[in-house]
Amino acid sequence: MSQERVSLSKARQQWIGWQRILRVQRPGDLFFRGITLLFVLIVLGLVAGTAWILISNSLPTIRRFGFSFLTNKAFDPVHDVYGVLPAIFGTLMTSAFALIFAVPLGLGAAIFLVDFCPRSLRLVLAFLIDLLAAIPSVIYGLWGFLVLAPWLHNAGEPWLQQHLGFLPLFAGQPEGVGYLGAGIVLTMMILPLIISVSREVMLVTPIAQREALLALGATRWEVIRHAVLPFARVGILGGVILALGRALGETMAVTMIIGNQANEPSLSLFTPGYTLASVIANQFGEATPGLFLSAIIEAGLILFIITLITNILARWLIASLQRQAQGSRGGRP
Amino acid sequence: MESNMSGPYSRLPATEGRLASQRSETPPVDLRLNHALGAAEPGQPLDQNAGVAIEVRHLNFYYGTRQVLFDISLPIRQRQITALIGPSGCGKSTFLRTLNRMNDLIPETRIEGEAIFDGENIYDPAIDVIRLRQRIGMVFQRPNPFPKSIFENIAYGLRIQRKPHRQIQEEVERSLRAAALWDEVKDRLKASALGLSGGQQQRLCIARALALHPEVLLLDEPCSALDPIATLKIEELLLSISKEYTIVIVTHNMSQAARISQYTGFFLNGRLIEYGPTAELFKRPRQRETEDYISGRFS
Ligand SMILES: Nc1ncnc2c1ncn2[C@@H]1O[C@H](COP(=O)(O)OP(=O)(O)OP(=O)(O)O)[C@@H](O)[C@H]1O
Ligand SMILES: [Mg+2]
Repeated sequence: MSQERVSLSKARQQWIGWQRILRVQRPGDLFFRGITLLFVLIVLGLVAGTAWILISNSLPTIRRFGFSFLTNKAFDPVHDVYGVLPAIFGTLMTSAFALIFAVPLGLGAAIFLVDFCPRSLRLVLAFLIDLLAAIPSVIYGLWGFLVLAPWLHNAGEPWLQQHLGFLPLFAGQPEGVGYLGAGIVLTMMILPLIISVSREVMLVTPIAQREALLALGATRWEVIRHAVLPFARVGILGGVILALGRALGETMAVTMIIGNQANEPSLSLFTPGYTLASVIANQFGEATPGLFLSAIIEAGLILFIITLITNILARWLIASLQRQAQGSRGGRP
Repeated sequence: MESNMSGPYSRLPATEGRLASQRSETPPVDLRLNHALGAAEPGQPLDQNAGVAIEVRHLNFYYGTRQVLFDISLPIRQRQITALIGPSGCGKSTFLRTLNRMNDLIPETRIEGEAIFDGENIYDPAIDVIRLRQRIGMVFQRPNPFPKSIFENIAYGLRIQRKPHRQIQEEVERSLRAAALWDEVKDRLKASALGLSGGQQQRLCIARALALHPEVLLLDEPCSALDPIATLKIEELLLSISKEYTIVIVTHNMSQAARISQYTGFFLNGRLIEYGPTAELFKRPRQRETEDYISGRFS
C-alpha cells in the first residue's frame, strides 16, 4: 500500500489533487452535482422568501410596538394593541411538557419493541404506532376537546389539585382546557414519531457490538445502555428534533384544547392559554388589514424564528455528538 | 499469498509447491509458521491426564423447524486446544455458540441434549447465563472492539462486575501481556481501540475475554480476517495460554488446526463425523469423508 503510494508519479498526484479540488471525476457526476445544488438553492430560496414575506408584512407592528410586542400580554384588536407574550410562553410551555413526557416514554417503548417484545407482537405494534403518527391532527384535537378536556375538568385536574396542589404547577382553578390538556395532546401526537424513529435507529445497532458485550457477561440492560443507546444516540436526537418541530408548530389540535385566552404567563398547568400557532389560527379569520393582520404575521415570524433557533441548536448538538463519536473512534496514530 | 495461506486447502501439496517455488526472499509462509511453532508433525503433544471441561452429549440444534446439528457428542478437554473443522455451513459456529448460549439471542432456536460444564448442564433453563458467559468467553470472527479506549475495552467486563479500580488496572496489564499486546499498546492505553490494526484488534478482543479469567475460551475463526503474520501471532498467543485455558477454535484453515490443536473434530452437514487427537485425525483419518476433506478432495 504505502509503497504504491510513494511510487505515484508527481503528475499523477497533481491530477488527483485537482480532482479533489473539483470533486468531480466524470461528466455524469458533474451533472448530478449541478442538479442537487439547484435543489439546495431552491430550498434555500424558499426559506429566504418565507422570511422576507413574514418580515415585510409585519413591518407595521414591528415599527409600532418594537420589542414590546414580545413582552406585551394583550392581543387586543378592539384597542389595536398587540403583544404575544402569553403565546410565546404557551408555545414553549406546551412543547416542553410534551418533550418531557414523550421522550422517556418513547424511548422506553422503542427499547421494548427492539429488545423485549415477543417477535409475534413486534410487527403489529410497530405498525400500529406508525398508524398513530399518521392520524390527522384535527382528530387528536377533537378527542382532546370532547374527551380529554371534560375528563380533566371533572376528574383529572381536581385530583391533581388535591394531591399535588402544593406545587405551583397544579395550583389554580380546574378548567379542563389549558396547558395541561394541550401538553397531553401534544405528547400523544409526538410519541409515535419518537418511538418509530428511535426504533429504526436502534434496530441497526451492529450485532457484533451486542454480541461482544453479551460474551463478556453483560445483561440485556447493559447491552442497551452500552451498545444500543450510544450507537443510536444521534439518530434518536434527530427524532426528538423532528418531534419538537411538530410540537412547536402544531396548530389544529392545540387550538382546540388550549382555551385560547391571553392570560398572564403562569406556571399553573390548569391555565387556559395561547400558543403562537393558535393565535394565528384563531384570529386570522377576523383579521383586518393594518396593525391586526400585521400582528398575526409577526406572530408567525416569531414562531418561524423560534423553530429556526431550536433547529440550529439541535444541529449543533448533533454535530458535537457526532464529533465526539468520531473522536472515540479515532484514526491510527 | 494471503488467500492461499488462510484458505482451507493450503495443505494441498500443489499449493505448497507453488508457494515454495516463489521467490525465496520471503519463505513460504506455511513452512515458516510450522517452523516457528515447532510443529513439523500435525497436532500439539497431548496431555494424557487432561480432564474434561465440557462434556457434550447428544446435542441437537434447530433454527425454527430446521435442524442444523444432529446428535453431537464430544468431550472438550481441559487446558487443551480443540479445533473444529468442516466445510462452510456445516454448523461449526452454531455448535460453538451453543457452548456459551450465544444462540439465545436468535429467536426461535431450540436445543436438545446436554453439555455438562462443572457439574451443571449448560442448557438448563435455570442456569445463570451471565455467569456462564463470564466463565466461557468468546472471540468472534471479525474483531469487534468497542468504540472506546484500549484500556476501557479490557476493563469493561470487570467494570460490570464492579471490580475495584486497582484490580482492574492490574488485570488490564496482565491480560494485555497474555495476549502479547502489552508492548505494542502500553504507551497508548487511552487511545481508541479502533485505531489498532486488525490483528491487534483481534488480540485485544482475546485480551478482553482473558481479563475475566474464563475457564474456557471459544474462538470462531479468529484469524480469517487477518494476514499471515497476524495469524502467526494469534497462534503463538493461543499456544502460550493453552496451559491455563481450555480453548475451542473453529477454523477453516486446516494447517492451522494441525499446527495448534491437540484434538480435532470434523463436522459435515451438522454431524460430527470424526473426533480425536489431531495427529491421528490428520495422519490416519478413520472416516472416508474426513480423509477427503483434509486432503482437499472435498467439493
Ligand atoms: N441465524 C440463523 N438462522 C437460521 N439459520 C441459520 C442461522 N445461522 C446459521 N444458520 C444455518 O445453520 C447452518 C449452520 O451454520 P453455521 O454458521 O453454524 O455454519 P459454519 O460451519 O459456521 O459455517 P462457516 O464455516 O461458513 O462459518 C447453515 O446451514 C446456516 O444456513
Ligand atoms: Mg461459522
